[in-house]
Amino acid sequence: MLIFEKSREGRGCSILPPCDVEVYEAAPEFSRQKPLHLPQMAEVDIERHYTQLAAKAHGVNDGFYPLGSCTMKYNPRVNEQTASMSKFTHVHPLQPLDTLQGSLQVLQETEKALNAITGMSRFTFQPAAGAHGEFTGLLLIKAYHLANGDTQRTKIIVPDSAHGTNPASAVMAGMSVINTASDERGCVDVEKLRQICEGEEGKEIAGLMLTNPNTAGLFDPNILEITEIIHGCGGQVYYDGANLNAIMGVARPGDMGFDCVHLNLHKTFSTPHGGGGPGAGPVGCKEHLAKFLPGLVTEEKDGKLVFVKPEQSLGEMKNFYGNFLVVVKALTYIKMLGAEGIAAASENAVLNANYMMAKLRDKYDIAFDTKICMHEFVMDLSRLLKETGVSAMDIAKGLLDHGIHPPTMYFPLTVHEALMVEPTETESRETLDEAIQVLEGLYDLAFSDPEALHDAPHTTPVSRLDEVGAARHPVLRYAFE
Amino acid sequence: MEFRTDLMYTKTHEWIKDEGDFVTIGISDYAQDALGDLVFVNLPQEGDEVVMEEVFADVESVKAVSDIYSPVTGVVCEVNEELLDAPELINESAFDAWFIKVNEITDRADFMTAEEYEAFVAEEE
Repeated sequence: MLIFEKSREGRGCSILPPCDVEVYEAAPEFSRQKPLHLPQMAEVDIERHYTQLAAKAHGVNDGFYPLGSCTMKYNPRVNEQTASMSKFTHVHPLQPLDTLQGSLQVLQETEKALNAITGMSRFTFQPAAGAHGEFTGLLLIKAYHLANGDTQRTKIIVPDSAHGTNPASAVMAGMSVINTASDERGCVDVEKLRQICEGEEGKEIAGLMLTNPNTAGLFDPNILEITEIIHGCGGQVYYDGANLNAIMGVARPGDMGFDCVHLNLHKTFSTPHGGGGPGAGPVGCKEHLAKFLPGLVTEEKDGKLVFVKPEQSLGEMKNFYGNFLVVVKALTYIKMLGAEGIAAASENAVLNANYMMAKLRDKYDIAFDTKICMHEFVMDLSRLLKETGVSAMDIAKGLLDHGIHPPTMYFPLTVHEALMVEPTETESRETLDEAIQVLEGLYDLAFSDPEALHDAPHTTPVSRLDEVGAARHPVLRYAFE
Repeated sequence: MEFRTDLMYTKTHEWIKDEGDFVTIGISDYAQDALGDLVFVNLPQEGDEVVMEEVFADVESVKAVSDIYSPVTGVVCEVNEELLDAPELINESAFDAWFIKVNEITDRADFMTAEEYEAFVAEEE
């Protein structure tokens, strides 16, 4: 039942304090003529409404959440403690900098840490999410080419295994996309890349967007050659930080030849993810791109921290300094782990993924099976579908009955019937063993009773949803009487 | 799975019907089956130029968005706008649910006959 349906005329509660400043009456042309449709409810009923909704949802605090490429690691409580400190919550972005030195220090120290992890020189914290970071990074690359008078560089190369947001961000940034097919190992086809860059099109190439390790959980062994080819034709190389959790503290995008990166603090650095947001997608770059960064960056002047506008800044990507409290949480995480802990987190993320892959290989086919994967791996259920009629979707729904959030489905697009599993480092061996047992059980069930899986889930608040109907005829608004 | 013999096919799973002054283009029965239930279709407009082996439309299923490639270079002379509101028509009958008609054709890809296409699909499986 929606909160609007529970609303009753005249009910309410005193959540908002009485107004303690003079009421300002806006001019009639700017004021609302009809009252807002706000639900009218007692506080206890609001509490119950949201508690019931929370009970119907599944978060990483409820159970295993191996959603590939999303890095659903546990978010430590201590992050919330620091981010709730009134010294951080009771500040205003426009108050004098003298009174904000601690907050500036958070930005500066986080930037230093992220530079050390990625091999970049400067970071902006304005972008509020991963795709927002991609868009920012591409605008940086665009600004760089324009400043060099390279107005013809309008094409971005994106491999077919990339996240869908990559080509979308490129188009948003006014570029056109060259989609390149992966080779049979699921990595960048170096020869095809060379053909494009060394051919006629080379002088039109603005850059390449790449995730490494890629969406199949494989570290591209040719990465140095790839970045060299792009630089050779005058392009820039963008690192999509979606999969940084596999390599942080171990290998650096900057050393691989990348010119700029975005990181998802809400993935890799344990701040809440998705609907629990807000997120943060800070963008880092090497020195030659730093003068184009958006917003303000911190600098030390006469023993104090100040904000400085980069000389050829591309403008503002978001107001002020992005989602600042998310940065506080990420810095807490980095400080709690330290340099060794950061590397150990990645090592354990890779170990957990390999443990699950090795155990599941007996039953499930692994896509691009290279014995060792990075932080995630992709199962290809095409054979199971052919033999039993049970699809990746059916197995995913079956997992819900066991309190496990499904892996990412039908992605990457290069694998049919894909289930992409990313356990992350924060799961115990017992949790992994249980998930492996459940997945093996569902595999056997596909042969013995496929119908049971077609109808799954059976124990959730709602059973199989009509996804096609919802997509074809979406109801997006509550219709008030 | 149906492989209509009065049509020609491409490796990217479009069908083409040569109607003299123009060609009609759609996606094969195999393609609609592989894509699953379609929920959204993006089509070009009348008068748009389409280029051989380049994207002219895309279709979205609950799984993914897929590009549709033009088998010819020419000008769009008619668009099946009915598909915009009812993408399920493609799933119901891929051969009746044509996407566009193209005339002023200046270039065309190598097409396969139904028999060749059926063998090609069998090999892809």
